[in-house]
Amino acid sequence: MKRSVFVLVALTLLAIGLVASVEGRGGFALSSQDKASMTEVKIDNFSFGPAALTVGVGSSVTWINRDDIPHTVVSTDDAKTFKSKVLDTDEKFSFTFTKAGTFPYFCSIHPKMTGKVIVQ
Amino acid sequence: MSRKKKDEIIYDHNNDGIDRRGFLKCMAWAGTGAFCVIQGGVLNSYALSRMPQTNEKDTMGELSFVQISDSHMGFNKAANPDVAATLKVAVDKINALPTPPEFMLHTGDISHLSKPEEFDTVDQILKGAKPTDVFYVPGEHDALNDDGKQFLKRYGKGSKGAGWYSFDKKGVHFIGLVNVMNLKAGGLGTLGHDQLEWLEDDVKHLTSSTPIVVFAHIPLWSVYPEWGWGTDDSAQALAYLKKFGSVTVLNGHIHQTLQKVEGKVTFHTAASTAFPQPQPGKADSPGPMKVPADQLRSVLGITDVGYVQGRHALAVVDSTLA
Repeated sequence: MKRSVFVLVALTLLAIGLVASVEGRGGFALSSQDKASMTEVKIDNFSFGPAALTVGVGSSVTWINRDDIPHTVVSTDDAKTFKSKVLDTDEKFSFTFTKAGTFPYFCSIHPKMTGKVIVQ
Repeated sequence: MSRKKKDEIIYDHNNDGIDRRGFLKCMAWAGTGAFCVIQGGVLNSYALSRMPQTNEKDTMGELSFVQISDSHMGFNKAANPDVAATLKVAVDKINALPTPPEFMLHTGDISHLSKPEEFDTVDQILKGAKPTDVFYVPGEHDALNDDGKQFLKRYGKGSKGAGWYSFDKKGVHFIGLVNVMNLKAGGLGTLGHDQLEWLEDDVKHLTSSTPIVVFAHIPLWSVYPEWGWGTDDSAQALAYLKKFGSVTVLNGHIHQTLQKVEGKVTFHTAASTAFPQPQPGKADSPGPMKVPADQLRSVLGITDVGYVQGRHALAVVDSTLA
């Protein structure tokens, strides 16, 4: 009897451990994937992708130009919160968002190209 | 020279002087070249291949000049890995014209990334052209990172504001406008209040019989707003030119030749000397169009404009680099 209780407890502990470990691994993998894909904006084919990006306060966002034409990343507000130099093919620009809010931006060379970063 | 009766407008739903079939026909000119004569606001056009059959007198006036555009010096992607070579071909074409043009207009995007060495290369190549005078307006690629300061220093001597100016040649009033500065998110090209005010004042003293040639980088008519191919406040500028009997508007930016007649105004866009761009809406984006290397020069070009004094006629001739 004592032995079977021991086995049951052991199996239960093992099960909890397995679940915890699976959750832990799964959770870790998900968050790292999210972080990587959600803080990068790809510029391609005269558009920003994703056009609307949601990040947490303190996040750094990187824009990378995958187009064969130069583009810029310029915030729409008068204060020009962020403004990149011209980005030729494969060049990058990063900006860290320290305040919550919605930050619309555009390409100052091709102003029909617009996007926004939502900081929560 | 006879008018092409078959080109008369049959359906003009937008009351803009051009029907759909006519517009599509203009589109077909892209890369093949077109010769146009404007007489009292009426435009007659001929395919460049028909030029040998036209009366030479009509293209050889008292004033002729050449428009080149969109050299994009520094561009080196697949659509044209050697933009210096194609600009040199353009210069050779200009030097081979039967009547030497008096000057050249460059309607912007001289450089690709506003780098000093890119401007230097273009200057060096254009020194090989017979016409020594070149009049420039900036494209958006010439004003990157410095709000156009370098452009103004190099080409803006005697200009106002961001580089606009006017001059007279043999009775024709030329106006160079800048519509690539301070572009607003979601918007098109912009002339801005100061420039419009200057324009109103600039043409006030002119008689209505003065032929006007306006040149600017981005088209001053709505070619395809979805791709930013138009200018937000161009209607105001054109309103100031309403009294004139002959107005020709020369633009670049869209890397293909297109024409449109609206009342007494003829709009014309020039081909690029660097790389072609797709027809409006015919691709996902207006990015450089890759054509087979042996066909590239047939879609690049120069524009030769002749003026016959006394008849207020301007002839616009597109020539490809092939």
